[in-house]
Amino acid sequence: MSSTTASAAALPADPKASTAGAAKKPVNPRSAKRRRSLAQWGFIAPAVIFMALFFGYPLVRNIVMSFQDYSPSTFFTGKAPFNGLDNWTNVFEDGLFGKALWQTILFTVGSLVGQFCIGLALAVFFTRRFPLNGILRSLILLPWLVPMVVSGIVWRRIFDQDTGVLNSFLGTVGLPGDTPWLTSTSMALISVILVNIWIGIPFNMVILYGGLQEVPKELHEAASLDGASAWRTFRSVTLPMLKPVITVVLVLGFMSTVKILDLVLALTDGGPADSTQTLGTLTYQNSFVQMDFGAGAVVGNILILISAVFAVFYLRVNRNEGK
Amino acid sequence: MYTVMNSSTDESYHRWDAQTLARCSKQLGVKIEQQSVPAAQVMTKALRMASSKSLPDVLQLDASEMPTFAEAGGLIPLKDLGLTTEDIPEGIVNFGSYDGKYYGAARTVNTLALFYNKDTLDKAGLEVPTTWAEMQATAKKLTQGKRYGLALSAGGAEDGVFQFTPFMWSNGGDETKLDSPQVAGALDYWKGLLKDGSLSKSTVNWTQADVNDQFMAGNAAMMINGPWQVETLNSKKGLNWGIAQIPVPGAGDDSVGPLGGGVLTVPNTGDSEREKMSAKIIGCMSGEQEEITYALNSWMVPANAKAAAVWRTKVPELSALADQVATARSRTAKLGAQWSSVSLALQSAFQSALTGESSEAALKRAQQQVTSGN
Repeated sequence: MSSTTASAAALPADPKASTAGAAKKPVNPRSAKRRRSLAQWGFIAPAVIFMALFFGYPLVRNIVMSFQDYSPSTFFTGKAPFNGLDNWTNVFEDGLFGKALWQTILFTVGSLVGQFCIGLALAVFFTRRFPLNGILRSLILLPWLVPMVVSGIVWRRIFDQDTGVLNSFLGTVGLPGDTPWLTSTSMALISVILVNIWIGIPFNMVILYGGLQEVPKELHEAASLDGASAWRTFRSVTLPMLKPVITVVLVLGFMSTVKILDLVLALTDGGPADSTQTLGTLTYQNSFVQMDFGAGAVVGNILILISAVFAVFYLRVNRNEGK
Repeated sequence: MYTVMNSSTDESYHRWDAQTLARCSKQLGVKIEQQSVPAAQVMTKALRMASSKSLPDVLQLDASEMPTFAEAGGLIPLKDLGLTTEDIPEGIVNFGSYDGKYYGAARTVNTLALFYNKDTLDKAGLEVPTTWAEMQATAKKLTQGKRYGLALSAGGAEDGVFQFTPFMWSNGGDETKLDSPQVAGALDYWKGLLKDGSLSKSTVNWTQADVNDQFMAGNAAMMINGPWQVETLNSKKGLNWGIAQIPVPGAGDDSVGPLGGGVLTVPNTGDSEREKMSAKIIGCMSGEQEEITYALNSWMVPANAKAAAVWRTKVPELSALADQVATARSRTAKLGAQWSSVSLALQSAFQSALTGESSEAALKRAQQQVTSGN
C-alpha cells in the first residue's frame, strides 16, 4: 500500500524530469515542448476531471449547503436562501452534538485499540509455522466478507438479553447470563465497539501480517544471538520495523471508524436514549429523518474536517518515510 | 404511460398492486407502470426526482411523511382534481390531509391492537384484558420462566413512537405537550410493566418485527402489534392467536390508536392534464371493490366506510381492528411536518425513562428540545 502512494507522490515530479531530458535535444524545441506538455495534460486531465466532479463538487456543495436553509421545498423551487451561521449554531446548541462527538471519540479510540492489539497478536501468532495455519488465517477473514448491515442484524440477535446466544452461553458456564448488552445506556456503546472490533480484526491482521513478512529474518537471528528475549526482540526489532505499516493501519482504520453509520443503525438505531449516537448517525438523522439538510451538512463537514486532519497527518508521515 | 411509485417491494404486495393497476389501466384505457422502492427511500428518492423534474404521476407516501412533501409544495389537493371524500370517515380524511387540505387518499389503513395467545390465556384461566390494571395483572400472571406476559416495541425509531401513541392518547396526553402529567402517566405505565418483569428489558431494542418474532416463538403471551404481521402469524401452524382493542386506563375510556399506512398522492408536476388522469387512477385504486380486495390481501382495514362494512362480514375475527380504526388518530394531524422532530425527542425520552430516568424529567427535556427547535 505504501508503495502505491509513494509512486503517486512521485508523479508530479515526473514531467519536469522528462522536459529536462527534452531540452538536451535541440530539435525544434518550442513545438516539441508544447506538444509534450499538451500530452502530459491530456494524461492528467481524466484524473483531474474525475476528482473535481466526484470529490470536489460534492465537497464544495456540502460546505455551501451548511450555510443554507436547505429544506424539502428546495427540491421544488431550487431556492435555498443563505442563513449565515444559523445551521452551525443550531447544531452546536443541540446537546446531542456534544454527546455524539464524545461517543464518536470513545467509539473510534476503543475500536482502534481493540482491533489493532488483537490484529497484531494474531498476525504475530500466524508468523509461526504450524499445521492448518493457512486455513485458520482465511477463516479469520470471514468477518471482513460479511456486509456491515448483516453483521449488525446477526449481532443484535446474539446480544438479545433474554433469547440471545451470548447470554445463554455465559449462563451455562456459570457467569451472569443477563447482561443488558444493547439495552442499557451504559453497556450499549461498549457492545457496539465490541462488534466493530470483531469486524476490524481481519483488516488489521492481514496488513500487519504482510508487514511482518517484510521484517528480515536475519535481524531476528542477530537479536537472538545477542541474547535478546522474545519480548525484547519484538519491542526493539519487530515493532520499529513495522512502524510504517502500523501508521497505515491506524490511519485507515481511523478514517473508516470515525464515520460509522450502518453498524450503529442496524444494532441500536442510536439508542437506547441516544447512548450510541455518533456523528455519523447524527448526520443521517438530521438529513434524512428530520429533512434538515443544512444541519446534516454541518455535521458532515465536521466529520470531513476530522478525517482531513488525519489524512494530512498520514501524507506527511508517508512523505517522511520516502526520504 | 403513467407511473405509480410505491414502497411495495415485498413480492406479495408488489403482485397485489400490479393486479390492481392492471384492472385500473383496463378501466381507464391507459398504460400504468409500477415502480417500487424501499419504504425508507421513498421520500428522498421522490425529492431527488422533484429537483430533476421527473416525478411519477402517482406517489404513495407513508402518511407520516406526506405533510413534509405537502409543505414543500410538492402535492396537488385531490379535491381540485375531482376526487371526493364521500363515505370516508373523518379520521381517515384527516389522515390524508395537511393544513386542512386533502392530499392523500388511503386505500386501507392499519393501526395497533392487542394480540394474545388464546391457548396460553385459556390455560391460565384468564380473560382478555380491557383496562391498564387488568393488562398489568394478566401480564404479570402470564410471566413465567422464559415467557414474558407482554411484548411491545420501544425501539429508538418510529416503531417505538408508533407503539407509545395509544398509551399516550388513551390517557389523554398529547404530542403538542410532551411534559404533561398524562404523557408521564403513560410512560410510567410502561415503566411499571418493565419493573414487574412483564416486559423484557430488550423492549428498548426491539422493532415491531422483533416483537412479532418473540410472540411467535412463545416468548410472549400478548403483544402490541399491527395487522401487517397477520400473514406471518398465520404461517405458524398451531399458533392460536386472538386480537382485541388496546386496553385503556380506566373502564369506559376510549382506546385511541395511531393510524398507519400509505396514502396515494398526486405530485405537482405542472402538467394539469396528466394530473387529472392521475387522480382518476387514484380513484380507481381506492374504489370500493379494490379496497376490499386489497384489505383482504394485506389484512388491513378499508378506508371507505362502505367497503369496511363489507370487509367486516368477511373477516369477523379482525373486527376488533376495525373498532380500533374507528377511533384511531393520525400522528401528523396536529403537528404536520413538525412530527419528525417531536418523534425524535419522544424516542429519546421514553428510552431514557425505561433505562432508569424519571418519566417527568425525561419528558420535560424532550419538550424543551422540541420548543428550542432542535
